[in-house]
Amino acid sequence: MTQIGAAQTDDERPGTIDAIPVRRPGRIVAAVFAAAIGALIVVQLIVNPAFDWAFTFEAMNQRAVIQGFIWGTLTATVGAMALGVTLGVGLAVMRMSDNPVLRWSAGIYIWFFRAIPRYVLLLILGAAGAFAVGGLGIGVPFDREILALFGIDGTLRIATIDLNRLSTTIWMAILGLGLSEAAYMAEIARSGILSVDKGQWEAARALGMSNGETMWRIILPQAMRVIIPPTGNETIAMFKDTSLLSALPLATEMFFQFRMIGTATYKLIPSYAGATLYYVITATILGIGQSWLEKRFGRGYEAADAKQRRKTKVAVDPNSDSLRFAGADH
Amino acid sequence: MTNQAIDRSGEPLVRAVNVHKSFGDVEVLKGIDLEVYPGEVVVLLGPSGSGKTTFLRLVNQMETLTGGRIWVNGELIGIEERDGKLYRRKDSDISRQRSKIGMVFQRFNLFPHKTAIENITEGQLVVSKKSKKAAEERAWDLLNQVGLTDKARAYPSQLSGGQQQRIAIARALAMDPELMLFDEPTSALDPELVGEVLAVMKTLAAEGVTMIVVTHEMGFAREVADRVFFMDDGVVVESGTPAEVLGNPKQERTKAFLARVRH
Repeated sequence: MTQIGAAQTDDERPGTIDAIPVRRPGRIVAAVFAAAIGALIVVQLIVNPAFDWAFTFEAMNQRAVIQGFIWGTLTATVGAMALGVTLGVGLAVMRMSDNPVLRWSAGIYIWFFRAIPRYVLLLILGAAGAFAVGGLGIGVPFDREILALFGIDGTLRIATIDLNRLSTTIWMAILGLGLSEAAYMAEIARSGILSVDKGQWEAARALGMSNGETMWRIILPQAMRVIIPPTGNETIAMFKDTSLLSALPLATEMFFQFRMIGTATYKLIPSYAGATLYYVITATILGIGQSWLEKRFGRGYEAADAKQRRKTKVAVDPNSDSLRFAGADH
Repeated sequence: MTNQAIDRSGEPLVRAVNVHKSFGDVEVLKGIDLEVYPGEVVVLLGPSGSGKTTFLRLVNQMETLTGGRIWVNGELIGIEERDGKLYRRKDSDISRQRSKIGMVFQRFNLFPHKTAIENITEGQLVVSKKSKKAAEERAWDLLNQVGLTDKARAYPSQLSGGQQQRIAIARALAMDPELMLFDEPTSALDPELVGEVLAVMKTLAAEGVTMIVVTHEMGFAREVADRVFFMDDGVVVESGTPAEVLGNPKQERTKAFLARVRH
């Protein structure tokens, strides 16, 4: 076949391809349809009298709304994620414990909090005062019963919390969303921890490191690369779920304030449009941060992965060309 | 440097008596007796599945012993005897015993998020509680010893397999171990990188480091080992000097194995 090529002159050899592309009429119809719907939406946003953009922007500028955004929406997001991540990592470690009681309690926790809707959980926490009418005592569990065994009538309590007052505060908001988030973070953390090669455990233990030292210094730092991207997604989801806090209700929260404005002025759609704008803009910013994090954590790993793959390939196939590369730096 | 006179009159550093290990119903080790004297290099040979690696992992408690006893430096591994009863050792006690035994793995198992020098200082800082300065000084000595001072700040992913394994050896040596265990240290390496790792191991042997080596490198066994143990199907079939076991094997199984690996 080289003879044919060699016999031909450059003019006769096939050159650049300038062919007519395949027609795809279905795709064109779909594109026109999508563009038409888009145009319809834009026109409606401008001409539909249900919108009142001047009112929307005024509502967005209300002091109570901005304070709710900072001290309710953002604070609850950060607080609940902090609680969720910490508790979640703890649950993940428990779930992998050799002790069946720890493993099962973590499993039951995760099962329950993944099953209960956040809205329902927040409603319950909002009404939590009913659980402890005289206030929630903090102290030794079963103290009355234990003391009764010694013939003493009394309690061992350090403090009492008034749940009725606590239930509509940012603390209960963080607690509710954080407890729920922990169940999801536990699974994310567990997959991250399991992604670390078991040889890493062995190497650390062979040096004489304890389980805790190994987890903290060797396993978790490596697991972070797997844990961080889905945690970013969880953060964005959590940010949106703060709108559920009106179930408590938490008054110092953005969406609660927009609803108040909407019901007081009968301008529901313009108020909700303001909330939507806040959510969309912030979620976009968080999304940009998220993809930056993913790239940053993916980058180093990709390079290492590619190198690792090359090495295993070399180990499997000693005749491969990359063998010379692997040994070249000597 | 081969087969220097080893003093076998004193206490052995490692004494294994009737060692058994089962994984579920499968018995992998069926009564291993083995002694390693200070300064000695012992090579474990045998077909895959013969239990060599399992034995090595038992010494460092990567696996739990199911029968028999192993003493390292006079101390029972993994269990202790009090008032005539046997107790499993606490985690902290096991960690202490492991910290005196260096282990080199087939797949290196360097910490990928730490540089070469950080890999070497990690155990010194966390386990031996040395100061950062002292740990780094020791690390530089060891990097020099394995010929990789120029790679101190490189991450494992930036090193060749041979370089990674030399760092892994340095990491184990940094704990000043009484005993070094090598689990097929060259099996995952490209053929032309095997030599540099074996060279480091030969130097250690010459310096009098006590080593138990699982390997398929016959040349290393012949040249460096003081004694060779040939294992098959969970038992020691034959043991002796390299000349005896490799040069003049008496057992059929040894002969068959050597014939397979030599051709």
